[in-house]
Amino acid sequence: MVPISYYLILSGIVFLIGFVGVLLRRNIIIILLSVELMLNATNINFVAFSQYFHDVAGQVFVFFALTVAAAEVAVGLAIIIALYRAKSAINIDEFQLLKW
Amino acid sequence: MEQVVFFYFALVIAAASVLVVALRNPIYSALALLIMFFHVAGLYVTLHAEFLAAVQIIVYAGAILVLYLFVVMLLNLRQDDRYHRQWPMAGIVGATLVIEAIILTVMKGWTSPVVATGTETTVGATTNAGAIGDVLYSTYLFPFEVASLILLVAMIGAIMLAKKDIGEC
Repeated sequence: MVPISYYLILSGIVFLIGFVGVLLRRNIIIILLSVELMLNATNINFVAFSQYFHDVAGQVFVFFALTVAAAEVAVGLAIIIALYRAKSAINIDEFQLLKW
Repeated sequence: MEQVVFFYFALVIAAASVLVVALRNPIYSALALLIMFFHVAGLYVTLHAEFLAAVQIIVYAGAILVLYLFVVMLLNLRQDDRYHRQWPMAGIVGATLVIEAIILTVMKGWTSPVVATGTETTVGATTNAGAIGDVLYSTYLFPFEVASLILLVAMIGAIMLAKKDIGEC
C-alpha cells in the first residue's frame, strides 16, 4: 500500500512543473500543454483520495474535470488559430496590445 | 511491489513533465505529454480506477493530444529558441512554491492516516465503471447535464473563433 503522501508529493511536483512552464515558455501551445499538466496533477490527487476514502465521488469529479479540459482545449486551440491568423506568430511576446 | 510500480510511474511522470516544459520543439513536447498521460493512466489502474484510466487514454491521449498535434503541424511553427524574458520571475515563484511545500510538510509532519469516513456510495455495484455510473446518473445527474452544456458551448465557441470571417454567412 503506497501512502497517500507520496501521491500528494507527485501531484505537487507535476503541478509545479506545469506552473513554471506557464511562466517560462513563450510558445502559446506549450503554455496550454503546461495547463494540461496542472489539470492532470489535480486529477491524480482526486483519484488518490477517492481510493483512500473509498468514495467514488472523487472519480466522478475527475470525469467532470476531464470534460472541462476538453472544452478548454477546443476553445484554446481555436483562439490560437485566430491569433495566428492575426499576427502570423504564436509567441506571447508578440501580443502586448494591453501592455503599457 | 506496489511501491516499486508506483515509483516507476512517478519517475516517468515527473521526467516526462520536465520534458514537456523543457523541450524546444512543440511536437516533441506533445509526445512527452503523451508518455505522461499513459503513465498517469497506469497510476489510475494501480489506484483501482479502471474506468478513469480508459477515459484518460481515450479522451486525453486519443482526442486532446491529437488535436494539439494537429494544430502544431497546421501552424508549421519554428523552434522556440529561447525562454521567456521573465524566466527569473518564473524561477523565483517556483522556488517560493517549493520552499513553501517543504515548510508545510516539515511543520505538519507525516500525520497518521485519517480514518476513512467516506459515504458508502458504491451500493450494489461490483465494478468500478458500474459504481461511477450509479453515482453519476443519480447524485450527480445535474452536473452531468451541465457538463454536456459546457461541451456544446465549447463546440460553438471553437467553430465561431476559428471561422474565417464572422460577419459573413
